[in-house]
Amino acid sequence: MAGNETILSVENLKIRFRTLDGIVDAVKGINMHVKAGETVAVVGESGSGKSQTMMAAMRLLASNGEAAGTIDYRGANLLNLSKSELNEIRGRKVTMIFQEPMTSLDPLYTIGNQLMEPIMRHRRIGREAARQEAIKMLKLVRIPEPERRMKSYPYEMSGGQRQRVMIAMAIANDPDLLIADEPTTALDVTIQAEILNLMADLRKRLGMSMIFITHDLNIVRRIADRVYVMRLGEVVEEGDTRTIFSQPQHPYTKALLAAEPSGHKEPVPKSAPTVLAGTDMRVTFKIGGGFLAGDPVYLKAVDRVSVTLKRGQTIGIVGESGSGKSTLARALLKLLPSEGAIQFDGRSIEKFDPAQMRPLRKQLQIVFQDPFGSLSPRLTAGQIVTEGLLVHDPSISGKERDRRAALAFSEVGLDPANRNRYPHEFSGGQRQRIAIARAIILKPKVVVLDEPTSALDRQVQKQIVELLRDLQKANNLSYLFISHDLAVVRAMADHIMVMKDGRMVEQGSPEQIFDHPHEDYTKRLMAAAFVDHAEAKV
Amino acid sequence: MLRYVFRRLLTAIPTLFVIVTISFFLIRVAPGGPFNQEKGLNPVIKANLDRQFGLDEPLWMQYLNYLNNLLHGDFGPSYNLPDFTVKELFEVGLPVSIQIGASALILALVIGSALGIIAALRQNKGADYAVIATATAGSTVPTFVIAPVYQLIFATTLALVPVAGWAGGAFANKIGPIVTLALPQIAIVARLMRGSMIEALRSHHIRTARALGLSDWSIIIKHALRGALLPIVSYSGPAAAALLTGSIIVESIFAIPGVGRYFVEAALNRDYTLVMGTVVVIAIFTIVFNLIVDILYAVVDPRVRYD
Repeated sequence: MAGNETILSVENLKIRFRTLDGIVDAVKGINMHVKAGETVAVVGESGSGKSQTMMAAMRLLASNGEAAGTIDYRGANLLNLSKSELNEIRGRKVTMIFQEPMTSLDPLYTIGNQLMEPIMRHRRIGREAARQEAIKMLKLVRIPEPERRMKSYPYEMSGGQRQRVMIAMAIANDPDLLIADEPTTALDVTIQAEILNLMADLRKRLGMSMIFITHDLNIVRRIADRVYVMRLGEVVEEGDTRTIFSQPQHPYTKALLAAEPSGHKEPVPKSAPTVLAGTDMRVTFKIGGGFLAGDPVYLKAVDRVSVTLKRGQTIGIVGESGSGKSTLARALLKLLPSEGAIQFDGRSIEKFDPAQMRPLRKQLQIVFQDPFGSLSPRLTAGQIVTEGLLVHDPSISGKERDRRAALAFSEVGLDPANRNRYPHEFSGGQRQRIAIARAIILKPKVVVLDEPTSALDRQVQKQIVELLRDLQKANNLSYLFISHDLAVVRAMADHIMVMKDGRMVEQGSPEQIFDHPHEDYTKRLMAAAFVDHAEAKV
Repeated sequence: MLRYVFRRLLTAIPTLFVIVTISFFLIRVAPGGPFNQEKGLNPVIKANLDRQFGLDEPLWMQYLNYLNNLLHGDFGPSYNLPDFTVKELFEVGLPVSIQIGASALILALVIGSALGIIAALRQNKGADYAVIATATAGSTVPTFVIAPVYQLIFATTLALVPVAGWAGGAFANKIGPIVTLALPQIAIVARLMRGSMIEALRSHHIRTARALGLSDWSIIIKHALRGALLPIVSYSGPAAAALLTGSIIVESIFAIPGVGRYFVEAALNRDYTLVMGTVVVIAIFTIVFNLIVDILYAVVDPRVRYD
């Protein structure tokens, strides 16, 4: 499938950023090439320089960044072209799509307007011809009702649809090379699979080359001919996909491959007591309404779902965004008003007011997805971790609190000496450990883990999964584990609930759900998440 | 949208009612009245005056009378300028203030925005620093300094324009007041525009536009500026209400017959009806301009929907 002609070659590329902390070398003299018709994956964790390499090729580096070396596209060094020469290639011959489908389109213009603009500019054709061309492109990326959609604004479309529109914009001028920077990372797994299939299909049909930047090895396996593995601004290994996966040479590549979450959890004994149970839970959101504003619309975010969580059990709640999984968990902790019965430790708590709930709060903890936003930047890590003690155990002394903070730090695998640092001084994985320490210092019975690993790199993810397992064993904790990442759920949970549109579609043991799903939706979800790479490779 | 405008105008009625009520009683709490003078008025004459203007009636009666008159478009007579009704004063003064204020506002929006955009595009370079330095200086120098300096240079020394006066609205007489009012506003708008433009230029969809090889013109004007306008739009509402209802400082220094001075003078003189008239006018301007801002918001940003 790949021709022999090299269309892009990166030689001795160095990228540095001038920052307040001095000069940072993001990319340290790398070489790369892409042949006509080839799909190349660039793999690495955040900070490896994989995105910056491609931003340099598109001349999109931030203003404090500079690139040296050559990025040669068919004889032209992209780094030295004048702006007008560059804009003849950029958007026409070489195009790029980005990770953030929600924000990559201009919110103030219709899809049609945005799609027509690059077509008119590069092909120098009139509005009507461009309109026809744009509709053709929307059809090509399988947007239903393309003519009507031309008049839609981005906010009226889902993330998956927006990414399709982005792809349509990028391929509208029949480019040679499409650079895709984590194009599916922000999407749900079924949508992810659809977009990947679409891209592979388009690549074949249009005969273009593709550079795929990703941290997800599953995707690499599915889509790439050749792989570059990057780490700390260097290419540590390159080779064709099969070889990289079967005989990785560099220790880092090996570690990356080994970082796929593994293992499984033994089910709890039948006799284990129930800690938290919700029966017929319903959560309804009211949208709109008010003085002269017409009737409000009611959205059933959770629709008659029952959960029984036993001591030591981990229930994995899976589903796509908007399926109601987080809402359900929050309702169970009475962080949201809901209907239905809730039992905690044998007591009915559904009628409890906030004051009655307060003493129970220490036993019902929650860890959020965003390790950057969920820690107060003005408090030290130690203060954050012990803040709950101030509320629930006000009598203990400052010295004792500090001792417990140190203890909690070592429990979650952090150096207790660092407890006087501020959150921004920790990495994403470490921050998530702080968030976990904050939850377990109160000796809770139930911890809701709301996508606790989704924002983390695979290797870090694996460590957090192991930490959570160890803590569960040591403290006999019960987890409600919410995730859209099925691989992580499989490794963590002993009971799984699948949710869609506020309802529970199916539940059962991991074996049942993953290996013998009954419902069509569950089957689709599994197919999208765990495609056997041999048959999916295109 | 029409329904929304109608709803907003309906909710303006209770708002106005509350404002009128609070101001009516608040000004009465202030000691003294319109006819208390330093020399002291003959008690018989004062009683006569009070009776003539209904000030001898109980306060709640006066309040109901005032509301009733207001509903019929009658703002009452001015106590201190007895030859005029409050309505007449505004009919003469308001057009003057609106002319000066609107010109200053337009000047500020055009020049301020242009400066802000230039600064944003040259971020952290010479032009940027120049704009920011000037803008900072502009917003710190008060109008009562700008106005006399303007008069000193352009009127007294260079004799290009008259020092003050209205002269029936001659152009040369308007320059000073307009420029004086506009300068600080230009500074504010320039700073606002610079900030929001820098943010807009950093957004992801601008990166997309660059990646698609669009022209600089399209990127800056079509894609960045439109989004960057929103903060300017929201600032213009209250700014318009404030500028169009006149400025006491500018009107006093340049001796212009606007309505800005009434606010302070009327309050000092306990000219109850004129105070109330000013309050009602400013309230209406504020409500209307805020409504216009909200409508403009929906025009600029299709995500804003009110129905």
